[in-house]
Amino acid sequence: MSTSELVKTQKDASTVSPPRSKRPWLSERLQSFLLLLPSFIATGIFVYGFISFTIYISLSNWRTLVRDMSLRQPLLANYADLFAMPRWQADLRNTVVFTIFFMGISLGVGLGLAILLDRKLFAGTVLRNVFLFPYALSFVVCGVAWRWIFNPEAGVNILFNLLGINPLLAAVGVGPLQPGWATDPTILLKVNDALALIWPAAGKLQVQFGVPVAMIPVAIAASWQLSGFVMAMYIGGMATIPEEVREAARIDGATEWQVYRRVLIPMLAPVTISLAVLLLHTSLKIFDLVYTMTGTGPGFATDVPAIFVFEMMFKATRYNLASAGAIFMLIAVGVVIIPYLTSSLRKG
Amino acid sequence: MYRKQIVVSIFLLASLLLSACAGAATTTEPPAATSAGAEQAGGGKLEVFSWWTSGGEAAALDALFNTFKTYNPTAEIINATIAGGGGSNARAVLQTRLAGGDPPDTWQVHPGYELLGQYVASGYVDPITDLYKSEGWDKVMPAGLVEQMTKDGQIYGVLAGVHRGNGLWYNKKVLDEQGITIGETLSIDEFLGIANQLIAADITPLCVGDNGVWASAQLFENTLLGVIGPDKYKGLWDGSVSFDSAEVKQAMETYGNMLDYQNSDHSALSWDQAIQKLMEGTCVFSSMGDWAYGEFVKAQKKDNEDFGWVSHPGTAGSFMVVADGFVMAKNAPNKDNNTLWLKAIGSKEGQEAFNPLKGSIPARTDVDRAKFGPYHNWSMDSFAKDTLVPTVVHGSAAPADFQQALNDAVTTFIVDKNVDAFAAALVKAAQASGFAK
Repeated sequence: MSTSELVKTQKDASTVSPPRSKRPWLSERLQSFLLLLPSFIATGIFVYGFISFTIYISLSNWRTLVRDMSLRQPLLANYADLFAMPRWQADLRNTVVFTIFFMGISLGVGLGLAILLDRKLFAGTVLRNVFLFPYALSFVVCGVAWRWIFNPEAGVNILFNLLGINPLLAAVGVGPLQPGWATDPTILLKVNDALALIWPAAGKLQVQFGVPVAMIPVAIAASWQLSGFVMAMYIGGMATIPEEVREAARIDGATEWQVYRRVLIPMLAPVTISLAVLLLHTSLKIFDLVYTMTGTGPGFATDVPAIFVFEMMFKATRYNLASAGAIFMLIAVGVVIIPYLTSSLRKG
Repeated sequence: MYRKQIVVSIFLLASLLLSACAGAATTTEPPAATSAGAEQAGGGKLEVFSWWTSGGEAAALDALFNTFKTYNPTAEIINATIAGGGGSNARAVLQTRLAGGDPPDTWQVHPGYELLGQYVASGYVDPITDLYKSEGWDKVMPAGLVEQMTKDGQIYGVLAGVHRGNGLWYNKKVLDEQGITIGETLSIDEFLGIANQLIAADITPLCVGDNGVWASAQLFENTLLGVIGPDKYKGLWDGSVSFDSAEVKQAMETYGNMLDYQNSDHSALSWDQAIQKLMEGTCVFSSMGDWAYGEFVKAQKKDNEDFGWVSHPGTAGSFMVVADGFVMAKNAPNKDNNTLWLKAIGSKEGQEAFNPLKGSIPARTDVDRAKFGPYHNWSMDSFAKDTLVPTVVHGSAAPADFQQALNDAVTTFIVDKNVDAFAAALVKAAQASGFAK
């Protein structure tokens, strides 16, 4: 076939294509635009519109049931009030502490379970499902169940007696092990004085920063629920690592421990990063589990920003203050999510 | 061909979106169409919004529904209840519905600030002053109560019953075993003396269940009233008495002392679980309004035999009013049925049917006392002769934001016992709320 013939057939082919391509109003571009338009509008109104509205309220004077949309002067006064509130300061402390415990426990336990299942010890399929089941529960169910487990006069403290731990402790002359769990207002590792040395403004903090022990049972409950999910993600990640890699490591003389420590876990880094982002934004936004399990806790030991926002919005009718809290949460989640999204989109 | 698909898919998307909105609307919105013909024909609908869900409360609400049915036997009642002690969850839902322009016909409300400051000031309710005249309520309802529902000469609600908030309930059997008897009244010193005696016998004196915080706030409120007395207590809400005055700080000290006597698991329990512990005898006293009476009745405990009551230490001579009323919503979908409902609530039959089950006393003064037990008669006596005071924990004394600020300050105080910080927080909150200088 000569070149001219080729050109000719191409021309023929183009004339065969449907004539409606000549109508400019239905071009490919327009079609996709029209198809996407409803979701653009919906997202624009219900996500970005309402975010803007919330930002506006957070700058307004609206603090009773009667709507008052005038702007408050100075402009950021609601945010200043927010950060001056002892309760909000406690919330920030609790979020940090909760996040550390929650991510540490769920990543650690999840990875441990994944490795155990990877060793194909016994009943792998059954155990995998058993570990994943908690993830199928709602946070509310989980919160109520763990509230009873950690009740200081029922639940796990009774177990300490039944298992003979307390009689044993009594025999050696140590008091019985009866932790107050979520009812214990103690703050461990108080850091305010140390903080004030390097950062003088810390002297103005109205709550003691440290580790509220009441937050630990909450973090355990949340980790119990999400460890199975972490495990499933790691199992998925391990399945994508070719068997040859392990074999190569073993031929090079690596022990089984070294295979995991030096080869598999580093290769799972992308999974770990995705999980860290998922868990981090879950912990920044957590509400239902804490609300049903401990509420605000003794001395706000287990209060979190989402509970603060809910109570200020719907109980105290302080719409401006609640909106300021909500916007701060949005920014905090954004700081976590946006770098992750941009880096993964760039790769994609 | 493509074009048809596109048009169809856009149409489908749009209808999906619309039906989603419509679906959401129909689940929350009571049908409004029936109200026009309701008055002549009977029937129609009525949506009643309340937080009466526990056993005794639900039974009492049913009794009111039955009275309403004698007025309109064929009406369909939509019972919109939201669980949660003190109505904290319910109010959150109600506020959303009101702000969204979707009011129920009528809702449960506490008189005082909650009714007047929150719902009347924002124009969500209509006055029912003419009902007071036509039904003769102006003659049988105490003026002091009606005043708490009156603004600019118009009355905005009718009360179903009145609870006494400043009660101290106790397990009589445990006290008998310890050889302790409680007299007609109890001073704070007497109470602390008994509490020490109980501690010595290795018994927890005070039952608190504050996982909803308000039970602790109420213990503080009652103690505050007990220490500073009714006149100064009332002065707190009009700004004439400051929260950092010496007497109030004294009350905070006393409250801090009382906290040493409470059960260690208080923050894991709800108020009714605390009453449960009292009945079991693992602790002895509980400072609670007389909705607790319903719990004793439900557990088949006998007045003055299994359990007893007295005014919260130092508060004899005061009656803390925690009253439950209902209103006429502005733009109520079923106005005529709601008028009948309000008439039923204010009627003698309605009040006599509702209150024995609920644990409260009637707002009317002309009811048959023989229909009520010993506690109710005691409470009615107190209501007739004592000083009536409002409650902040149940919304009648101060705006919602102060109520929340008090809950928050109490939560902090339980742990740090810092009287100055407690007082400073309340002063600041009262100023922000606008009722104190």
